[in-house]
Amino acid sequence: MLHTFVALVDDKPGTLTRVASLFRRLNVNIVSLTVGESERDGISRMTIVCDAPEHAADRIRASLYKLETTRDVDELGRSEAVIRELCLIKVAAGPNSPHGQQSRSQIFELANVFRARVVDLAPESIMLEMTGAASKIEGLLQVLRESKFEVLEVSRTGRMAMRRGHHTGRVLKALGTKPDEEAPVAFPDRPVTDDLPNQFAEDEA
Amino acid sequence: MATNNTHPILTGAEILWATLVGEGVTTVFGYPGGAILPAYDALRKFPIHHVLTRHEQGAAHMADGYARASGKVGVAIATSGPGATNLVTGIATAMLDSIPIVCISGQVSSKVLGSDAFQEIDITGITLPITKHNFVATRAEEIAPMIREAFQIAASGRPGPVLVDITKDAQQGTATFNFDEAAPASYRPHPMLRAESTEMARAIELMRASTKPVILAGHGIIHSGAEREVLAFAERYQIPVATTLLGLGAFPASHPLALGMMGMHGESWVNHAIQQADLLLAFGMRFDDRVTGNLASYAPNAKKIHIEIDPSEINKNVKVDVALIGDLKEVLNTMEPLIHDRNYLADASTTKTTRAWLREIRSLKGDAAVRDIINLPDNGHLYAAHVINDIWQEAKAAGRLDKTIIATDVGQHQMWEAQYFKHEDTRTLITSGGLGTMGFALPAAIGAKIARPDCDVWCIAGDGGFQMTASELSTIQQECLHINVAVINNGFLGMVRQWQEAFYDKNYACSPILSPDFVKLADAHGIPGAHVTERKDVTPTVAKARTSPTAFVINFSVEKEDGVYPMIAPGAALHEMVRRPNPLIETAEDE
Ligand SMILES: Cc1ncc(C[n+]2csc(CCOP(=O)(O)OP(=O)(O)O)c2C)c(N)n1
Ligand SMILES: [Mg+2]
Repeated sequence: MLHTFVALVDDKPGTLTRVASLFRRLNVNIVSLTVGESERDGISRMTIVCDAPEHAADRIRASLYKLETTRDVDELGRSEAVIRELCLIKVAAGPNSPHGQQSRSQIFELANVFRARVVDLAPESIMLEMTGAASKIEGLLQVLRESKFEVLEVSRTGRMAMRRGHHTGRVLKALGTKPDEEAPVAFPDRPVTDDLPNQFAEDEA
Repeated sequence: MATNNTHPILTGAEILWATLVGEGVTTVFGYPGGAILPAYDALRKFPIHHVLTRHEQGAAHMADGYARASGKVGVAIATSGPGATNLVTGIATAMLDSIPIVCISGQVSSKVLGSDAFQEIDITGITLPITKHNFVATRAEEIAPMIREAFQIAASGRPGPVLVDITKDAQQGTATFNFDEAAPASYRPHPMLRAESTEMARAIELMRASTKPVILAGHGIIHSGAEREVLAFAERYQIPVATTLLGLGAFPASHPLALGMMGMHGESWVNHAIQQADLLLAFGMRFDDRVTGNLASYAPNAKKIHIEIDPSEINKNVKVDVALIGDLKEVLNTMEPLIHDRNYLADASTTKTTRAWLREIRSLKGDAAVRDIINLPDNGHLYAAHVINDIWQEAKAAGRLDKTIIATDVGQHQMWEAQYFKHEDTRTLITSGGLGTMGFALPAAIGAKIARPDCDVWCIAGDGGFQMTASELSTIQQECLHINVAVINNGFLGMVRQWQEAFYDKNYACSPILSPDFVKLADAHGIPGAHVTERKDVTPTVAKARTSPTAFVINFSVEKEDGVYPMIAPGAALHEMVRRPNPLIETAEDE
């Protein structure tokens, strides 16, 4: 099954290798991995989607924690989080394309329905940009192909995820989440609530 | 020395040594070369003793032995390229046994990094999966904070090896040195490392419901320094204690509650007790495949409480009922008043049932003692078990048991050591458990002797493994160390031979091994030695070695085709042990 982890890691050379190497060791395939800046200086945010057995999630999370460069790890389920992906699609739309002169207007229509944007118009092709859940993106691609459009290129970012509501990683919460505050370098005293060790048991129940 | 206000401006090389001094380092083990030469050039200005080894693998094992014997962080140092790759086996050995060492490697200048320069190797890439963490310093000002953080990472949480790769230009450059400012953020356990009180309450309920509990005592007890707490816990609740190989010494072997070693070569009653238990309290151990046997049939009736500092170990091999994540000593100390509050001991039946359980375990011993080679009449043969038993007895008779450290190599002799040398005290057994690295014993013994000069240190090695790092005999002489070496010479890669006997139709492919005359080899190094072929000579020669003013090498010519028993075949359940043959194993010479 697919698992989605969000890891907050030090923005330092080699951090990505450490994370990637961990998945290689566990023999778990990474479906997608996005890395970028987070709300605080020096900390990158990774969204890692991987395919692993259900029971493997705890170990993956605990192993991610073990990396010295990891600040916090969260595992997200579908319902509790917003999960998005950005996709660029280049479609053939010249006079010689299957739909000939009609191509452009038809693609504009499809883009409208899927809330995709046209970001480039060239004599022979159109580039679409679409943001959304992976299933929406796959939907657009499928419709394009079924309508006999020639999809020339597809570039997908892989998923990014964020929990809904006010919830923030426990560690980050303790660190203080305001980006302008100086990020404390140590973990604060143990918080009162702790959902982690118990989860090993709860997941099973 | 130029100064900037109150803090001196030093070269990177000087900063390296000054930081090590600040961390309390007095000895390092290493081998010089081009990329680390600036550091060696600066060494004479600092109060650090450098032990020149004969191979960088030896340097890493010495740092490891030093750490295991003392509990302090060991330090190894090597040049770039081949020097760094030679450290790899030693680093991996420390990784698998969670030993705190810091390895420092020289690196080519940062200007040519990545260009395949002479002796350039990506050692941080190579050691990524076998270090707890590693660093590359390319500027002088990075050295002090990286070394300080390396020490903290190596020693905190679940300990492990850390490598710091320092480019030549970083060693040659200059920076202001301020030890205090280079301090890493103080170590605080990760919020995940926290045993929940609700979980503790569940653990206590399981204890209360149990009539057949067993404590599984692991290496974590020693790392946590929880020996006293575990002893008190076991005594208070009268719970018998089975020990892993690396846990030997964490609980006194002669204690009435001590069962002995569990697992592949553990005594059968120990494994039977585990299989019949209704509660396992795993203290700082990780259910390695060598102690569980077949997982499907492992302790089927037992609830399991796992106290462990590394969350990734929970439910890895064995599904547990309660996980208490944290430092063992802290967890036990927090748990104690909770158990007390719950009136655990007020229940008189608790003590009565555990007494019945202890009786039951005793009955499991059956005829084990009769079969034990130690109790069989002398038949003129010299057995490795006798040799090790006699080394133990000699130390005990001399009142030196608490001051005797044994470093073993890997193989049959290692298992016999674990079975026949009864370790009463913590940190008295130094052995490569997780990686099983042949060649470990001699350099580890050197590290241990330097860490604990007050102790008698024995290197117990097989004829095979001893030849892997025997060049360190020269290091022993150079450092004038009194280390006793017992080579258990059976003419075979014995453990391999035993597996070939049991599982490969006695096809002894490449397991007979030729050795030099080890006494002559010692003599070539200026080290006295002796051959022992008969049991009567064992104790006197052992005593002679122990009381000798110098190192001493004894070559024990033991029974060639002897086997380590009991034994669990791979894939078999923990209770399906192959027992000791009775009477004595027949060897070719008997026929
Ligand atoms: C570096 C290394 N190579 C190979 C092995 C596999 N191995 C395990 S035990 C053993 C035999 C050891 O022979 P010896 O040192 O004579 O000890 P004995 O078993 O005879 O006591 C071998 C080859 C190992 N553990 N380590
Ligand atoms: Mg041998």
